[in-house]
Amino acid sequence: MKNRQKRFSFIGLGFLLIAGAAALVLSAFEDNIVFFHSPTEIVNKFRAQKLKPAQRLRVGGLVEKGSVTKVSDGATNRFKVTDLNNSIIVEFRGILPDLFREGQGIVAEGFYQNNIFNATDVLAKHDETYMPPEVAEALKKSGQWKPQ
Amino acid sequence: MIIESGHFVLILSLLMAFLQSTVPMIGVHLRNNQLMAIAAPAAIIQFVLILGSFLALTYAYVVSDFSVINVTSNSHTAKPLLYKVSGVWGNHEGSMLLWALILSGYGAAIALFGGNLTPTLKVRVLGVQAMLGVGILAFILFTSNPFLRVFPAPENGSGLNPLLQDPGLAFHPPLLYLGYVGLSLTFSFAVAALIEGRVDAAWARWVRPWTLAAWGFLTGGIVLGSWWAYYELGWGGWWFWDPVENASFMPWLAATALLHSSIVSEKRDSLKSWTIFLAIVAFGLSLLGTFLVRSGVITSVHAFASDPTRGVFILLLLVVTIGGAFLLFAWRGPSLKTDGIFHPVSREGGLILNNFILTIAAASILLGTLYPLFVDVLELGKVSVGAPYFESVFVPMMIPMIVVMGIAPFLRWKRGDFNKTTNKLKVVGVISLIGGCFVWLIVDRSSALSSLGIALSIWLFSATFVELTSRIKLFQVPLKDSMRSIIRQPRASWGMTFAHMGLAIAVAGITASSTWKVESIQVMKFGDQVKVAGYTYTLKEVRKVQGPNYIATRGIFSVKKGDNFNVTLKPEKREYQTRTMVTTEAAIYSTFFGDLYAVVGDRDENSGGYITRIYFNPLVPWMWAGAILMVLGAAISLTDRRHRVGAPARNANIGTSQVIVK
Repeated sequence: MKNRQKRFSFIGLGFLLIAGAAALVLSAFEDNIVFFHSPTEIVNKFRAQKLKPAQRLRVGGLVEKGSVTKVSDGATNRFKVTDLNNSIIVEFRGILPDLFREGQGIVAEGFYQNNIFNATDVLAKHDETYMPPEVAEALKKSGQWKPQ
Repeated sequence: MIIESGHFVLILSLLMAFLQSTVPMIGVHLRNNQLMAIAAPAAIIQFVLILGSFLALTYAYVVSDFSVINVTSNSHTAKPLLYKVSGVWGNHEGSMLLWALILSGYGAAIALFGGNLTPTLKVRVLGVQAMLGVGILAFILFTSNPFLRVFPAPENGSGLNPLLQDPGLAFHPPLLYLGYVGLSLTFSFAVAALIEGRVDAAWARWVRPWTLAAWGFLTGGIVLGSWWAYYELGWGGWWFWDPVENASFMPWLAATALLHSSIVSEKRDSLKSWTIFLAIVAFGLSLLGTFLVRSGVITSVHAFASDPTRGVFILLLLVVTIGGAFLLFAWRGPSLKTDGIFHPVSREGGLILNNFILTIAAASILLGTLYPLFVDVLELGKVSVGAPYFESVFVPMMIPMIVVMGIAPFLRWKRGDFNKTTNKLKVVGVISLIGGCFVWLIVDRSSALSSLGIALSIWLFSATFVELTSRIKLFQVPLKDSMRSIIRQPRASWGMTFAHMGLAIAVAGITASSTWKVESIQVMKFGDQVKVAGYTYTLKEVRKVQGPNYIATRGIFSVKKGDNFNVTLKPEKREYQTRTMVTTEAAIYSTFFGDLYAVVGDRDENSGGYITRIYFNPLVPWMWAGAILMVLGAAISLTDRRHRVGAPARNANIGTSQVIVK
């Protein structure tokens, strides 16, 4: 092989790899992007029938005070997440994160079906003074945001 | 008084860094040896000053001086000494001070041990290192000063976040920073070489060990963090593709690529502009990581209370540093001539392919990590990109990489013999295929990808092993000669063997633990039994236990399998008094085939039982073992004498480095 051929073989390989990676990235983006909604948006979209049952969502807001209960199997937690205008019921099976508390901002990821948000993950923060930006966003949208 | 002195020497260190970044650089320009001679002592003094400042802050933590705001908000008298000390870097201000300390430490190391560098290069490296120092020290002094006082001093502090009160996490930040910031040195070398307009094998010979050291620390730091998440967060997982984890993983990928390309630059005097480019990118990703963690722009489970002005400052630092370096690269890069000519099938070819894949993988992780930010800025809504994206992009990219990792070490420089290599690897290929088929047929038919993962692990491990045996000519020469040559193998080759085998073992652990994890969540009363992966768990009792600064609810499980296996697991839920915060302490018992993992949760008021979460995490210990082997590989390789002898001084007298510039 001549030097030029050698160089082209590397450039060709590079392009091939980049094209492959781009294909992977694009298909992964199509399937795996999760949109964030506030409780009000979920309620409105659900009423307007704009939510597909199999669509993965994120919801953020405050855990409504006094709403945390257990479903009859004992291992499933049920609570309300609110943006102080609307709230939705969230169910999560398992042990809630350590920083989960009533009144605290959380983000839940899962599916909305039959008026219940079935969460597969519940995120609370490592630091109790921190408000997730998504929760802040939900409160701003509902006009209930009070900066400290 | 000590606090004010700490603050004062920090200001002095900023001035020193400024001096170090300007005067010697002018000296190089004017060919003035006296001005150039300032660089090395300035670097050492700068380090000593920051060390003094750091010790002053540590002192404030140890004696619990609550007149310092930083101590008040992050410490408490009722905290064990270890966590008082680790509390110094368990917060934003202190951790940035540690950053600056390590940055200047690397500078001082070059000043002390860089005797056989060309004098101009040494001065320029120190100059660039000091510029970074100016940026970070200004950042600390203007936006994140740890020495601010409060009056009157409160009685007690609010304590360190209990999640951070853990031996694993006490050492996670220093290790990670040694890695992150270690890349600053290769960055400084790259920029200095661009200013100098000359990159030769000697330059690469210098860059290699420092990259290796940074890589080793970074690997250790990431693994320690992952291990902590595994046993502390009680989710049974060890990697969540969270933005902050990605922030440490991207520089790791770039550093891995840099590690390999610098070998080509050193041995073959080739790939030089690529190596420089990677050095800039690797440190750029470190800075980006710092920005992502410290600014809180992206939702992350790791996000700490953040302050927008700090984010803007780091972003500015990032743009100036990396933008400047790239401009310099665009200007000077084309003049870097590459001499090495090689065939695509050669060790260079293999290393280039590895570099391609690692860089593209880092780029696609970057894309996924920053995508929510782009979408947010364009006001298209708030989105998140989670684990499924990263897994479906990253995993397929690693498949060709591991295949090549098995082959490339066999190939010779310049031009490799493909047929000879495939002959040597035939058996290895067959063994891996059998291993993969075995897993698919016997263990699990639902997941072809995991069978492939195990096959790749076997492939890499045995190929690396065969490569070692062919290097020492095992069974081709008398065994005694082989044994003799095993001792004579260069340490750097041992490093490669260890690191590649470590990765192979880790791949098996990663594959198994992410596919065949068994999870069981239930409410258990005393005496209740649950069977998970063949082990029978019985909840014996739950009792309250008093710790040094917490009260724990401790569950006691007896775990049985057959007649011989009987262990007790004691997971806890700890309630810290000072912060009214709860942490989960998973109980883990490691066996060769996997971890038994139990977590105890809240009491269920209706039934009187406790929620428990029990996992069987197959081959997780393999992952840690593999990671330890990788770090060990880096350490062994670092002891290679060849790394320490500078190429230009090899024949000259090493002591006489104060050569006058021609």
